[in-house]
Amino acid sequence: MPDDLRDSTQSDLTITPPAVIEPGHTFASVTDKISTIVLTRRTPMWWFIGAGISFLFAMILFYTIGYLVLTGIGIWGNNMPVMWAFDIINFVWWIGIGHAGTLISAILLLLRQQWRTSINRFAEAMTLFAVACAGLFPLLHTGRPWLAYWLFPYPNTMGVWPQFRSPLIWDVFAVSTYATVSALFWYVGLIPDLATLRDRAKRLGAKKIYGLLAMGWRGSARHWARYEVAYLLLAGLATPLVVSVHTVVSFDFAVAQLPGWHATIFPPYFVAGAIYSGFAMVLTLAIPLRKFYGLEDFITMRHLKNMAKVMLATGLIVGYGYMMEAFMGWYSANTFEQYLVYNRMTGPYAVFYWSLIACNILIPQLLWSRRVRNNVPLLFVISIVVNIGMWLERFVIIVTSLHRDFLPSSWGMYQPTIWDWSMFLGTIGLFLSLMFLFIRFLPMISIFEVRTLLPQSKVSEPGTNEA
Amino acid sequence: MSEIVQLKSPKKNQATIKHDTQATQPSPQNLQSYAARLDSIRKQLAAKKGRDYWRSLEELADTKEFQELMHREFPDNASEWNDPTGRRKFLKLMGASLALAGFTACTKQPTEYIAPYVQQPEAVVLGKALYFATATTLNGYAMGVLAESHEGRPTKIEGNPDHPASLGATDIFSQASILGLYDPDRSQTLTHLGDVATWPDFVAAARASLKAPASQAAPGGQPQSTAGGLRILTENITSPTLAYQIQLLINSVPNSKWHRYEPAGSDNAIEGARLAFGRAANAIYDFSKADVVVSLDADFLSCGPASVAYARQFADRRRLEEGKTTMSRLYVIESTVTSTGAVADNRLPVKPSEVESFARALAANFGVGVQPSPINDAHRRWVDAIAKDLKAHGGASIVIAGDAQPPIVHAIAHAINEKLGNVGKTVRFTNPIEAGFGGEAGVSSQLQAHTIQELVNDINAGLVDTLVILGGNPVYNAPADLNFIEALKKVRLRVHLSHYQDETSELCHWHIPEAHYLESWSDARAYDGTISIIQPLIAPIYSGKTAHEVLAAFTDQPSQTSYQIVQGYWRKYFDGGFKEPAPPSTAQSSSQAATGQSPASASQTSGAAPASQTNTSRTSTASQSGSAPTTSPPQQKAPVDTTAKGYEGDFNKFWRKALHDGFITKPSDNSRAGTEQSSASFAVGQGLASVASAQASEGLEIVFRPDPTIHDGRFANNGWLQEAPKPITTLVWDNAAIMSPATAARLGLGTTSNGIATNKLGYIGGEFVVDQVDLTLDGRTVRAPVWIQPGHPDDTVTVYLGHGRTRAGRVGTGQGFNAYAIRPSTAQWFAGGLQIAKAPGSYSIVATQLHHLINAEEVGVRDIIRSSTFEEYLRNPGGEETNAGAAHEAEAKPTGKTKALVSEQHPSLYPEDDYSQGYRWGMTIDLNACIGCHACIVACQSENNIPVIGKEQMARRRGMHWLRVDAYFKGNPTNPETYFQPVPCQQCEKAPCEVVCPVAATVHSAEGLNDMVYNRCVGTRYCSNNCPYKVRRFNFLLYQDFYTASLKMLRNPEVSVRSRGVMEKCTYCVQRIQEAKIEAEKQNRPVQDGEIVTACAAVCPTKAVVFGNINDPNSEVARLKQQPRNYSLLDLLNTQPRTTYLAAVRNPNPELQE
Repeated sequence: MPDDLRDSTQSDLTITPPAVIEPGHTFASVTDKISTIVLTRRTPMWWFIGAGISFLFAMILFYTIGYLVLTGIGIWGNNMPVMWAFDIINFVWWIGIGHAGTLISAILLLLRQQWRTSINRFAEAMTLFAVACAGLFPLLHTGRPWLAYWLFPYPNTMGVWPQFRSPLIWDVFAVSTYATVSALFWYVGLIPDLATLRDRAKRLGAKKIYGLLAMGWRGSARHWARYEVAYLLLAGLATPLVVSVHTVVSFDFAVAQLPGWHATIFPPYFVAGAIYSGFAMVLTLAIPLRKFYGLEDFITMRHLKNMAKVMLATGLIVGYGYMMEAFMGWYSANTFEQYLVYNRMTGPYAVFYWSLIACNILIPQLLWSRRVRNNVPLLFVISIVVNIGMWLERFVIIVTSLHRDFLPSSWGMYQPTIWDWSMFLGTIGLFLSLMFLFIRFLPMISIFEVRTLLPQSKVSEPGTNEA
Repeated sequence: MSEIVQLKSPKKNQATIKHDTQATQPSPQNLQSYAARLDSIRKQLAAKKGRDYWRSLEELADTKEFQELMHREFPDNASEWNDPTGRRKFLKLMGASLALAGFTACTKQPTEYIAPYVQQPEAVVLGKALYFATATTLNGYAMGVLAESHEGRPTKIEGNPDHPASLGATDIFSQASILGLYDPDRSQTLTHLGDVATWPDFVAAARASLKAPASQAAPGGQPQSTAGGLRILTENITSPTLAYQIQLLINSVPNSKWHRYEPAGSDNAIEGARLAFGRAANAIYDFSKADVVVSLDADFLSCGPASVAYARQFADRRRLEEGKTTMSRLYVIESTVTSTGAVADNRLPVKPSEVESFARALAANFGVGVQPSPINDAHRRWVDAIAKDLKAHGGASIVIAGDAQPPIVHAIAHAINEKLGNVGKTVRFTNPIEAGFGGEAGVSSQLQAHTIQELVNDINAGLVDTLVILGGNPVYNAPADLNFIEALKKVRLRVHLSHYQDETSELCHWHIPEAHYLESWSDARAYDGTISIIQPLIAPIYSGKTAHEVLAAFTDQPSQTSYQIVQGYWRKYFDGGFKEPAPPSTAQSSSQAATGQSPASASQTSGAAPASQTNTSRTSTASQSGSAPTTSPPQQKAPVDTTAKGYEGDFNKFWRKALHDGFITKPSDNSRAGTEQSSASFAVGQGLASVASAQASEGLEIVFRPDPTIHDGRFANNGWLQEAPKPITTLVWDNAAIMSPATAARLGLGTTSNGIATNKLGYIGGEFVVDQVDLTLDGRTVRAPVWIQPGHPDDTVTVYLGHGRTRAGRVGTGQGFNAYAIRPSTAQWFAGGLQIAKAPGSYSIVATQLHHLINAEEVGVRDIIRSSTFEEYLRNPGGEETNAGAAHEAEAKPTGKTKALVSEQHPSLYPEDDYSQGYRWGMTIDLNACIGCHACIVACQSENNIPVIGKEQMARRRGMHWLRVDAYFKGNPTNPETYFQPVPCQQCEKAPCEVVCPVAATVHSAEGLNDMVYNRCVGTRYCSNNCPYKVRRFNFLLYQDFYTASLKMLRNPEVSVRSRGVMEKCTYCVQRIQEAKIEAEKQNRPVQDGEIVTACAAVCPTKAVVFGNINDPNSEVARLKQQPRNYSLLDLLNTQPRTTYLAAVRNPNPELQE
């Protein structure tokens, strides 16, 4: 059905945006449709296949971690000038991916963008899992991970605090806060749905577990009132974090004096990049999910298009960042900066740089076209391309800056080893495993929030029942 | 524990009370039965022994009694015991027996007695190092050293400031020799046919070999030798004692002969002197008096026995301090890239065969009667310019020829020196210091390549029954055309003394582990004839034997120790009025008459050992062996006692002084005892004219050179040397066919970048993926990787000897290719007619620096190396402002200005630290003095317990050296200027590493040191990323060997041994700073300048590295920092390094400017 024919949510608008939920749904049908996915006894075969493969990679991750901790990070390709490589590339990449969830949930909530409702749940889950994957890297990239807790400020017999001038300490706070708030936000948002599942579960075990997790939610008006306040507060808390986390991550580089890292453009450019990659990952996950579970009714073309537009916008900011990096390199008249730009564009890793430009700037320009935005397979492909592009961006920033810095005598090359790849692919495996578990055992779309999208939910006092 | 007891005790009391109230009077029956039960358990326990017990414990635990004992808190009737100690006793017994049972199950440890000093030796203070003077040898030549000893184990080698070959510095080989001592791969047992044997077994065999008549007929039906047939094959020997012993043995055994073979010896120099003077001679140069030096393929700064001393003299003549306005000029005409060529003012790369024609053309300018040889115009221009310069500096110039050049070039050099009036001023001559050049009987011919050839001929002729190889590895390094292996196999009895079970040991019947010089008594001469007594610091770790002892085994006094032998010899010298004793020469004919008899009569006359055969066993520390320890570090070493005019006939006085000083001093003139110096008697004769000039060869030529780090292969198993980057090429763990870019381009090798053939960079860090070639010379082929080196002469290929060992040990086996395989006896150093064919496949080779990336423009713009010509320096000592474009800001560079000014120019967000009080440590490195010898790297490795990581890890660019020596090229790649820049931690005052460390593992000390707290480091490596100098090193894996026992003895106890996951870096040898500070505080005085010398500064032959307190205006480092040449590396980053550099100044001949 053409989406501009009806407006299911905001009748007061004269220009009608495409639907965020397909027509014909009732409260019951929404609840049925989403909760059945979880409560069904029949797990689809593709789930087993997908989860199995993901588990396999997660096992590879655990094996790698075991070997890594026992042997040392020398199993990776990191070397003398390139002391950080895949470890930090992947960290930043995952953290970036983790941005979309909270952005969608919190910022769009505060901005009252209702289309967020049907994608926020799994976007938040994605955030959590991505942050979990990201968190592995700074921990395990240390030479002595069993002492990594020294980065936390805790009273100790050594009488030593962490060194607060180091951006890595800021990182610890930023990432751990972000992870905590994201987890809380996600869990608080889940509670009403967990109660729904508790109520609808047939099996005792499921009843008990969901019951436990629902924390006694009865859906009373008082509960709802508390819930709304808590959720809004958390959204308010999470909103600055969206900006702060990647800003702080960018400080890891910007604070250093290395050419290619030491740039004031980094914070905004990193945040934009994070949102860019986050939305790309949401698209990458949402498109197959809505296909396999038949959720086209809830994750509509409007969602996909909106996300495509956000990608286009943030992609342009990122493109501006690249441009400014190159421009400042030239404009600074600083030998080292100039050489860095020259080396990125023509040096041994030039192919990565130009692939990055292609992936992050050139190809996403297709999204200007309405036809492209309407083409789901193409959107999927573009989202993958952006994911790759954002990974390449971190590779270019980290490796090309490090491998040729100030003194030519210390220049070197970098090549990942099989353990770099197994760690990286392993975290993807872990991420997907968690994702598979999530879609199987928790409602991937917020049931109660989607119910509010239905016209039936519109009572006479518009605006009071926004959430 | 006490808490638990306290918590438990009330309960116990309760229970006891409960028992008391409930139980009746203790019945003796109960007590008895309990005791009986306990007894039975005890018996069971006693009956069980060792490992079985663990199994039986379970069985035991199953018995009712035991269950009861274990289950109940108290055994029944416990309360009945009247004596409270009884219960305790039982518990003790029980606990003890269980514990003992557990212990016996473990591996039984051997009984070891730890004996403290019953009487602590006077000088030994635990934790405080002692220094002993001894000498290390390379190619037989001595280098006087002070060995640092911690509680009887040597840990570090320092130079002996009073020794002429050391002057306080050393080369990399001496530094690394300490690792050779503790090398776990060293041969550890005496073997006979591969089986472990004893020393008496060998002595018996040695004695028998002299008696037994030759058993088998020689091939070809030649008359077999009648008896003896003893041949001794040694390396180059300067040891008077050993030479004397050999002479004695040769004289006493019929048909015996002494052969010498040194694969990287200096035969040509000796033969050249013979050509010039009619007799062998040893030339000694004084570069500190030379204004013009012309090197004809001589790498005198890094090769040869005098290189350390020459480097010091050379650098002294060029030191530009305090407005000095003169500087020597060095011309180098060379056939490969060397450190000497790198620091030359004018360097001309030529094919090796062209050096001779160059020398002839040069000689023609001075009226030396030699046959002329055509040279090309370009060389003619050089000849003219050099001749003009030399003529202007008669009496203050040196022409020196390299060991690789044929004798005629040496002779020409001597002749030119004579014509210039240099002899007696910058050049002097002595009799040869090598043993065997005095026309002694029984010595094989003079040239070493010939003497081993003679040996092979004699073996093939059936004249050799017994071959004693003392040191050396001829199976590996004999000239390829001699087929030494086949010959060796024909010898009936083959004895090999060596440090390792190597290629030669494998083919010898007897292998004797050789004692390291730190385990031996011996003696040796330095380049100028100075004699050092080599004294041990430790008893032989693996019962190694010295050559002295092996030779003694063939005499009537086979059990003489080397101490007795060496001391005996010098007693004879002392008693003989300081005249070296000559061995009694026994006529060959009369010896032959003694066929079948024991050579006892001859041996009895030897008297090489004192008559007393008292059991003077060597003890573990030299201090107990009669040597005088130096208790202070070498820098503070007490001056030689000049008051001792003579020894009043007291040999012990003489001996103690010789050991204390590290060399023998004659009482009469207080000069170093050595070879007679008689320069006046050396006059160049007419022999030169008769030598026809060599035919210039067309096509490719090959140059053989000893490896800069592992020498002729003897150090192949030394990880420090394998991993030390070779100067200029920076190759590690490999040798290569080194050639120029043009030659490589012509042969289609390498890759092309900016129109120049270069090595192809790999992907994993420091790896290069290079082509392989088959080098064919005289029909013999070896496969080698190609290394393209700017500055290498065209149409010439350099190969380093010493690699490709097949039995070197875990470290050296199979590293690189064996260049000896194509080295002919006729052309040991260079040869024409080389054929190169590109071989399939590529080879991964590791260099620590990616030179090909550096073109002069980039280096210049980055303002890394500051250099100027001498003329420019005189005009403007601060250096030309040619590099201004590099500056981030437009303002002038803060060169030579104070730190305060720097801070004004580059304000910092962080508060300024006040270093005005106390010590302020700093360092200067004079780029004008550095010759890139890399000794500092190995010294640092030795001092700071730096691990060796292996080729694969080096390929990943994870080298652990705290100090590196960068080489930068400037100018045309066919013959660039080369600059060396040692880069240790710069100890920035505003250290970028410190602010980014999340755990404060790298912090600033009050004295301005950038300290590294290893224990605190978690290994985020952020500090390294933020270090613009990239001087931090990370333990990516567990690089330290914590488990090899012998290596534990190697380590400096004052420096932490770092484990994996930890960042480390140069600390300015903070342990030395602390030691000196403690010493100064004890004496209530500030640390004096020069009291603290870092390991790199101590070892530096040219004194390029100077360390000290900047706050002391009189310190040398403060003085040097005031020099206009002083600059900071990457100054514009405002890191304010404490290490600064003094700009390089070159003095090229303006006439040769291109």
